[in-house]
Amino acid sequence: MADRHLEPDTPELRARWGAFAWTAQNAEKAKEVVARYPEGRQRSAVMPLLDLAQRQVGAETNTQGWLPIPVMEYVATYLDMPIIRVVEVATFYTMYNLVPVGRFHVQVCGTTPCMLRGSDDLIAACHGRGMKAGHVSEDGLWTFTEVECMGNCASAPMVQINDDNYEDLTVERLDKVLDALARGETPKAGTQEPGRHTVEPAGALSNLTAMVSGNHDYRGEW
Amino acid sequence: MALADKDRIFTNLYGHQPWNLDAARKRGDWDNTKALLEKGRDAIIQEMKDSGLRGRGGAGFPTGMKWSFMPKESRDGRPSFLVINADESEPGSCKDREIIRHDPHKLIEGALVAGFAMGARAAYIYIRGEYIREAETLFAAVAEAYEAGLVGKNASGSGYDFDVFVHRGAGAYICGEETAMIESIEGKKGQPRLKPPFPAGAGLYGCPTTVNNVESIAVAPTILRRGAGWFSSFGRENNRGTKLFQISGHVDRPCVVEEEMSIPFRELIEKHCGGIRGGWDNLLAVIPGGSSVPLVPAAEMIDAPMDFDGLRALGSGLGTAAVIVMDKSTDIVRAISRLSYFYKHESCGQCTPCREGTGWMWRVMERLRVGDASIEEIDMLWNVTKQVEGHTICALGDAAAWPIQGLIRHFRPEIERRIAQRNGGLQEAAE
Repeated sequence: MADRHLEPDTPELRARWGAFAWTAQNAEKAKEVVARYPEGRQRSAVMPLLDLAQRQVGAETNTQGWLPIPVMEYVATYLDMPIIRVVEVATFYTMYNLVPVGRFHVQVCGTTPCMLRGSDDLIAACHGRGMKAGHVSEDGLWTFTEVECMGNCASAPMVQINDDNYEDLTVERLDKVLDALARGETPKAGTQEPGRHTVEPAGALSNLTAMVSGNHDYRGEW
Repeated sequence: MALADKDRIFTNLYGHQPWNLDAARKRGDWDNTKALLEKGRDAIIQEMKDSGLRGRGGAGFPTGMKWSFMPKESRDGRPSFLVINADESEPGSCKDREIIRHDPHKLIEGALVAGFAMGARAAYIYIRGEYIREAETLFAAVAEAYEAGLVGKNASGSGYDFDVFVHRGAGAYICGEETAMIESIEGKKGQPRLKPPFPAGAGLYGCPTTVNNVESIAVAPTILRRGAGWFSSFGRENNRGTKLFQISGHVDRPCVVEEEMSIPFRELIEKHCGGIRGGWDNLLAVIPGGSSVPLVPAAEMIDAPMDFDGLRALGSGLGTAAVIVMDKSTDIVRAISRLSYFYKHESCGQCTPCREGTGWMWRVMERLRVGDASIEEIDMLWNVTKQVEGHTICALGDAAAWPIQGLIRHFRPEIERRIAQRNGGLQEAAE
């Protein structure tokens, strides 16, 4: 099991987050989310709402966001469920940050397919830039986590930073991405391999070549 | 053997063209779906059975048969649900992501067809939380389908009401297990349920439920359009159809590609991946079906047919057809130990053999990696994997045991060499 702990419930935490409530926009969004599930099953919405809450905290703190206990309580009240059931969910699923994180959450995949393609070097590079697992860098920009397989194995190694993936990385390419983010730019997401589009055989397309130039309809050839 | 582009189902696999409804329609999706439904539930299920399609999520259970387990009609007023498993998290697997971000309408149309065939009132597509951009695409594609009247009330003009909802996970491999997925949609920790009752009897919200992999559902409309005979013309007996292969690791060009089932490993690699890095003599071993299946050494692998039965005969499996290739530069013990760490990290903690065993096995693997062990511990590790395997509610315990068993079966001399080297080294130092 993943090793996880909650941020302590202190008066300061209560003072900061005790008045948490949806923004007008998120209140709309929350209603829409609950409507996806049958009447009386609103508890199903706990995962999407925790995500929404984490994003709202992120927007307020200019970080990726996390889930202070009072925010979990707000979600519990909203869905009319016991707080412990919300905490169970928040601690079970690793995408919920239980402690504050930086502006950019640098999640390097270290599982075997990425390891075979050089994720060790990426992890070392992150450490070299002063990132440490579970810590926020002094400038508030970075939190590092080595994560388990992210499902980008055919364009490994990769890193997910907040909502975007950067694939086919080398240390040099990773540095470029991180430098761009630090400067406030938005680097191109996806594969960083020049000339590669997504997960096709790079540089030597072996199939579906007609799709490159146009939206080919193969039905005529059936 | 060579699959022609015209026989590929996922023609926008690489996303060279837009995923949106307009573009998808021009490629043939949502083409008179009403007519597909007019074949009738039984005829659709029969066609799926005849096609020989086996579930693409790893276990390979016949899809048509699975659909037929659902109640024909509700005797007690409970609705039925289709749950689509897009919680793709098996190390090596990266195919459903391509379907969702480049061909989402194949999945949504498949959801309607499958949902109709099994009498479901709605589909929940459970997409793994880390697929953030992919989920955005999927939400948008579902909205397009509603907008165009393809799903929702009177879906595609068929008179059948069918809803499609997207549910995002939040980072738990175990939710790919069908009952854990159901728990997760219900808003709980994703811990697998005991079976029976099976989901077809009591699944989501206690209602009859079928859980299918994304690829199994997304190929259904094309199978119905082109016929079971077309689909079953590919692959060997009992291993029919086309399949998305995902090749990662030490090949010149890792990629995802749709190929014919039963394609020999060598041909798959030569044709699409530019060969093994450093040539065929440099191949050490292959994990042919995602991290849960045992590795296969190079000599046995090179000419193996890539299908369920062919790989089973080698003591491994096709799994999700996630092919992890390792050349001779690989620290094979570390490669497997890293998978042990993965299972330790992802164990849900419910069953003791798995919760305790995965951590124990990983710690021993880490010592074997550097030779800090005695020879007998290899046998002890083997025995412990056998005690974890089959003694847990779900298959995660098995999945954690098999890669280690594969390693010991095929690379025991390498493990022993490391132990001898370290012990020898220590002796020398003592003298």
